[in-house]
Amino acid sequence: MGNTSTSFKGAKQFFIEIGDLSYFAARFFREVLKPPFEFKELMRQCYQMGNRSLVLVTVTGFIIGLVLTLQSRPTLIQFGAVSWMPNMVGISIVREIGPVITALICAGRIASGIGAELGSMRVTEQIDAMEVSGTNPFKYLVITRIMATTLMLPILVFYGDLVALYGSALVENLKGDVSFQLYFNIVFDALSYSDLVPATIKSFFFGFTIGLVGCYKGYYSKKGTAGVGIAANTAVVMASLLLFVVDFIAVFISDIFYEL
Amino acid sequence: MIIPDQITTSKESAQRGKAVIEIKGLYKSFGDNHVLNGFNMTLLKGENLVVMGKSGSGKSVMIKCLVGLVQPDSGTVKVLGKEINKLDQHTLDELRSDIGFLFQGSALYDSMTVRENLEFPMRRHKEKLGVVSDTEPLVREALENVGLAHTMDLMPVELSGGMKRRVALARTLILKPKVILYDEPTSGLDPITSKEIIELMRSIQKKYGTSSLIITHDVDCARVISERMILLVDGINYAEGTYAQLSQSTDPKVDAFFKK
Repeated sequence: MGNTSTSFKGAKQFFIEIGDLSYFAARFFREVLKPPFEFKELMRQCYQMGNRSLVLVTVTGFIIGLVLTLQSRPTLIQFGAVSWMPNMVGISIVREIGPVITALICAGRIASGIGAELGSMRVTEQIDAMEVSGTNPFKYLVITRIMATTLMLPILVFYGDLVALYGSALVENLKGDVSFQLYFNIVFDALSYSDLVPATIKSFFFGFTIGLVGCYKGYYSKKGTAGVGIAANTAVVMASLLLFVVDFIAVFISDIFYEL
Repeated sequence: MIIPDQITTSKESAQRGKAVIEIKGLYKSFGDNHVLNGFNMTLLKGENLVVMGKSGSGKSVMIKCLVGLVQPDSGTVKVLGKEINKLDQHTLDELRSDIGFLFQGSALYDSMTVRENLEFPMRRHKEKLGVVSDTEPLVREALENVGLAHTMDLMPVELSGGMKRRVALARTLILKPKVILYDEPTSGLDPITSKEIIELMRSIQKKYGTSSLIITHDVDCARVISERMILLVDGINYAEGTYAQLSQSTDPKVDAFFKK
């Protein structure tokens, strides 16, 4: 009985949360095209999110490319298909691994950062101070951050893909005597618009999801320092979960249009 | 001694001078917690009015109703002749430029320098201030008023608690408000710094002729700065009068505030 009641409360809370998040997203779309526009803050956020994620994306992408190639190599050799390595790694990185891994890394770094920053601003009444000074804090803090993550994530994904492919090419160059030029020629020959377009589009949605969840959790953070920690933590968990949901929907829709 | 049945009414107060803030029958609840139960108050032009109450008595809620940060359940709140709850966002923002708000924890923007903190409120009100591009003279003047012109390029984290409060006061003054609302201006400060802040508040009031509403539970602060006091008990204005009148009271609820 107790378990049923707890489950019911949990389910109710889940649907309330989804409803609130949807309302928050709707407010974003309502206000994003209304002046005044905070271009300066948008540029600052793009720089913060893009530039400061570069090292993390570089290291992660490089290791993913390296490991993926090292792990696949023995199996492909066993089937006499090692020459297909660039095709396999290229397509898997561009279509799926690159966007998802980069988005997850950014969910960890950016969503938690936004959640903690806005949560701290809420707790210390900085958001109230902004509102009292006649500035719309939703436009200044939320819209700029969601726009920045939406715009920067595809760029980071593209960069992460290139680094991962470079890691893979390095393994092939060292272990299989395949030149970098040849490796990249094969990769680019293997890739088509049906690989690039859906991956790029879903990267925008990944970026939007990360920004939206981070801002939502931080903006409505409960009072107290504990609330800031909870906002940062739940922002990462919720953003990561939603990324997989968005990925599933993106792949499903891509399959309809491109018959993957 | 003025006790509930002898409270100076808004009508009587209004006869002494023009009312800049009028609150009538203000009610606000959070769930089952009835914070304000028909609170009434009038602040006259050029007056220093102190509202005292215990922690959690609804002082901060009341002051936030004055700038539209909290929506009351019922009652009317008029500031500078305009009813706050009936204003559209644009008019409310315009009105807010005439109301200074000093937050309890200073609420300086962590990610900005002192200069940027002071420039921030001017972004939307440059026409009112007659500023075209160079905001430096106004920022310098506001900081000189609080004796902190040398901190212009420091970050808030580099300031002490008292300095933060003074910078926050400078930020409040930058829009040249007609009314200043102080939310616990001396809380968390040592006695010497508290005295400095109180002196500063008095000198600002003399220099600019502003009307001040001070929310506090600091009896010393109330004694020095108040021209009139209201005791907020159980969500209503329980007693009203000068410091001398109220401190002589034999009413246990009033006396409790002044007991050493």
